Amino acid sequence: MKPFTYERPTTPAAAAAAVTRRPDAKFIAGGTNLLDLMKLQIETPGHLVDVQDLRLDTIEATDDGGLRIGARVTNTALASDPRVRRDYGVLARAILAGASGQLRNKATTAGNLLQRTRCPYFYDTYQPCNKRQPGSGCAAIGGYGRPLAVIGGSDACIATHPSDMAVALRLLDARVETVTADGTTRAIPIADFHRLPGDTPHVETALARGELITAVTLPKPLGGTHVYRKVRDRASYAFALVSVAAVIRPDGTGRVALGGVAPKPWRAEAAEAELPSGAKAVADALLAGARPTADNAFKLPLVERTIAAAISDARE
Amino acid sequence: MKFEHPAGLNPIDRLTVVGRPVDRIDGPLKTTGTALYAHERHDVAPNQAYGVVVGAAIARGRVETIDVRAARAAPGVLAVVTTLDVPRLGRGRMNYAYLFGGAEIQHYHQAIAVVVAETFEQARAAAALIRADYTPEQGRFDLAAEAGHAPLHGDGDEPVHRVGDFETAFAAAPVTLDRTYTTPDQSHVMIEPHATVAVWDGDRLTLWTSNQMIAWSKKAVADILGMPAEKVRVVSPYVGGGFGGKLFVRADAVLAALGAKAAGRPVRVALTRPLVINNTTHRPATIQRIRIGAERDGRITAIAHESTSGNLPDGSPETAVAQTKLLYAGAARMIAMRLARLDLPEGNAMRAPGEAPGMMALEIAIDEMAEALGLDPVEFRIRNDTQVDPAHPGRPFSYRDLVGCLRLGAERFGWSARDPKPASVRDGRWLIGLGVAAGFRNNLLTKSSARVELDRHGVVTVSTDMTDIGTGSYTIIAQTAAEMLGVGLEKVVVRLGDSDFPASAGSGGQWGANNATAGVYAACVRLRDAVARKLGLNATDIDFADGEVMSGDRRVPLGEAAGEGLSAEDGIEYGSLAKDYQQSTFAGHFVEVAVDAHTGETRLRRMLAVCSAGRILNPKSARSQVIGAMTMGAGAALMEKLSVDTRRGFFVNHDLAGYEVPVHADIPHQEVIFLDEADPISSPMKAKGVGELGLCGVGAAIANAIYNATGVRVRDYPITLDTYLDRLPRPA
Repeated sequence: MKPFTYERPTTPAAAAAAVTRRPDAKFIAGGTNLLDLMKLQIETPGHLVDVQDLRLDTIEATDDGGLRIGARVTNTALASDPRVRRDYGVLARAILAGASGQLRNKATTAGNLLQRTRCPYFYDTYQPCNKRQPGSGCAAIGGYGRPLAVIGGSDACIATHPSDMAVALRLLDARVETVTADGTTRAIPIADFHRLPGDTPHVETALARGELITAVTLPKPLGGTHVYRKVRDRASYAFALVSVAAVIRPDGTGRVALGGVAPKPWRAEAAEAELPSGAKAVADALLAGARPTADNAFKLPLVERTIAAAISDARE
Repeated sequence: MKFEHPAGLNPIDRLTVVGRPVDRIDGPLKTTGTALYAHERHDVAPNQAYGVVVGAAIARGRVETIDVRAARAAPGVLAVVTTLDVPRLGRGRMNYAYLFGGAEIQHYHQAIAVVVAETFEQARAAAALIRADYTPEQGRFDLAAEAGHAPLHGDGDEPVHRVGDFETAFAAAPVTLDRTYTTPDQSHVMIEPHATVAVWDGDRLTLWTSNQMIAWSKKAVADILGMPAEKVRVVSPYVGGGFGGKLFVRADAVLAALGAKAAGRPVRVALTRPLVINNTTHRPATIQRIRIGAERDGRITAIAHESTSGNLPDGSPETAVAQTKLLYAGAARMIAMRLARLDLPEGNAMRAPGEAPGMMALEIAIDEMAEALGLDPVEFRIRNDTQVDPAHPGRPFSYRDLVGCLRLGAERFGWSARDPKPASVRDGRWLIGLGVAAGFRNNLLTKSSARVELDRHGVVTVSTDMTDIGTGSYTIIAQTAAEMLGVGLEKVVVRLGDSDFPASAGSGGQWGANNATAGVYAACVRLRDAVARKLGLNATDIDFADGEVMSGDRRVPLGEAAGEGLSAEDGIEYGSLAKDYQQSTFAGHFVEVAVDAHTGETRLRRMLAVCSAGRILNPKSARSQVIGAMTMGAGAALMEKLSVDTRRGFFVNHDLAGYEVPVHADIPHQEVIFLDEADPISSPMKAKGVGELGLCGVGAAIANAIYNATGVRVRDYPITLDTYLDRLPRPA
């Protein structure tokens, strides 16, 4: 860990200004990912701007019947909120499928969206990694690719986004609200929030430098049965090999989004039209153009099987 | 004390303290955080500095230059020692990787420098500033690619162990099996990483460290650092898990010593988790071919087990074939190992070395053979039981009740309800299956000494360099001394893990419990003699009970008998009983699994182990050993695998996020039954080990249960869903 300075502003715009001022500054919220990355010198901020005095920790109803989730609402608080449990079950289940109780107590809504990949080569600073060190190459391609992306990757990077929560947010068409140093606000659709790696895998989101997430909004509730199926090598405390977030209506229509397969939560609205035709049709449409490695090709049939499991769960 | 004849009746047989499920005497220290582990030893020397180890960035080649200027100039830095500053250091007797010194890089994350600073954070930050230039060489990292031309590596004198004519018998057998199984590289990943505080006092070195084998390690430190062993003290009273990964001195100890010398201060060093995985030792992967031939009635007539593993130059193979010499009857037998040269980190012992991966393969093969014969797998095993070493029929097992383990286990587990037709039981989305495997691990004898002192308060203090790696050594040693001297546990003090104490068996190979307590037994016999002499009594005619020495009508409180104090030291040494008899431990492992019909995820539902392992000194700590081993077996079966990057030559998943071990949610109800027995041929304690037995066979029981659940036979561990998803029928 490199020495760093630290401040704790009290307004979102001031926090945004503090990060904008210094090119080596970063926001810190729960720190459940950032501190690990700093110890390994994968992240080396010279200045940390702590958002804990910004409030932003409430969940409120919106005028259009949805919810606004403050950026600092913890994963535990979000998953246990009665409105979330009642109306957005897929989100509560996705959150509880991730990490551990201790981590969820500390991790925040905005921080969860901004967590970085768990690609093992990203974590080993002796290995080339275009995400960690732009232009250095990718050791994962042609290497140990079992946990990595089968779709959405590039010749520069095949890392996956590790979040479960973000998969549910993608399914629900959430929007990410932000503020910049000059007080400008905007709402970014979750579909546009995470970027595919292309030639710049180190650029992971649509956020501008210093732009601060203030809230995540959910549109009004979707009817149907909410399902989150996370498939992993052990029963708890592991990242998804594949996960499926789904909302299935009684007539068999609905929505599906995938985790564990791509650099961002993976959803294709066109694929959802295939839901009444069954899991294979949905999976084929979702994964059209997939480029798996030898040791993660199993994720393709696993996606289909997990969608089938989700449909089956929804019927029960 | 020389143990040359089977034990007769002795004071241990009273079983007033030994054999009871008493709580561990070190429990309060551990639950209150006051049992201090190596890296917490702030108390042993003032002015300690912190060392951080830098590992090599290549897997094979030479480090040409190491630029330490920035590190030396960094805040708080006291010293930097690089591998180019010293010639290549020696090695421990059973090690193949050099820990430090010289330019040659044998494996990834080999230590190339230690940075010593005032604080841990400063040392870590400075370590990141070190720049090394390498000349890489092409290494060999892919066992499968090297296996085809790996030479035979004999066990002892014979390159291939043969009994009878295997090839002819196999060709003649009406029912045969010829299958290949693989097991992966595994890491010990004990919770406490390797850690050491090194303190120099002139030319004397003391290492407060985390180590299983104190006497070995004292010698190894002397050999590595080129100093007399009598100048080295190794202290390791508490060990946060070892599993074989701490049998040896590792880079933390060597670099703490070198760093302390260079800084002129005590230095503490802990290895990071990636270094535990790539800098220390691991259990090597194996490729195992098993052939079995049998008569139609189920009698095995031919059995062959061949295993290939890899290691560094001078390294040894994973002895995965050893149990196949002894576990089942069969007239013709062929056992062989091949050893490939690999440039991965050092392969060495991990809990039940040899038997753990060997039984994972053999006991699937036995299940497959039982099915081919149309026999129940419990019955097939019983039909091929042997009470003698098959290669030397005049050499019996000292005690063997594998049949009892299997029969009782089958009864308790409800085995008769198992449908032998695979994929026939469904519970909602889950496919349900039952599996069985035998457990087998040898009982090893090695000399072990202790000192026992008695003070005027009647307090008994036992000192031995035996270690307690979480196993319960403190407690069973206290029970032994209490039983021998007729005092309560509250009157016994046990001091362990210090090379100033008499040398013990140490903790490894599940030999610790039996040998270390037998050594304490020997010292207690001598102390009893000293008490008798002091009181002018005939040693054969006295009894020790209730804190008193008794002879006829005379009763003397033990403290009074001690006077100003008595001390006795002795050890156990073994004669030829291990040659005359085969000494082993046995188990029946039973498992119920549920496999998700859609995704192939396996969840365990029930586990049972029935163990035949001599006298159980403490059923509570022994049960803990076995359920821990069963958990490790579940990890081995379902998830544990070091993934090798065969281009770059290292274990990629080198942290606890990538190298998965079971979490609580993975482990169901576990039941352990110990058969009520005593083996007078093993030692005066009549005990054997259980710590590794509990692991051996568990993986195969799970694999066999998955087969019973799904109809899919998986022969490659770990059985993650991707190994068989393409064969798993889609649910209707």
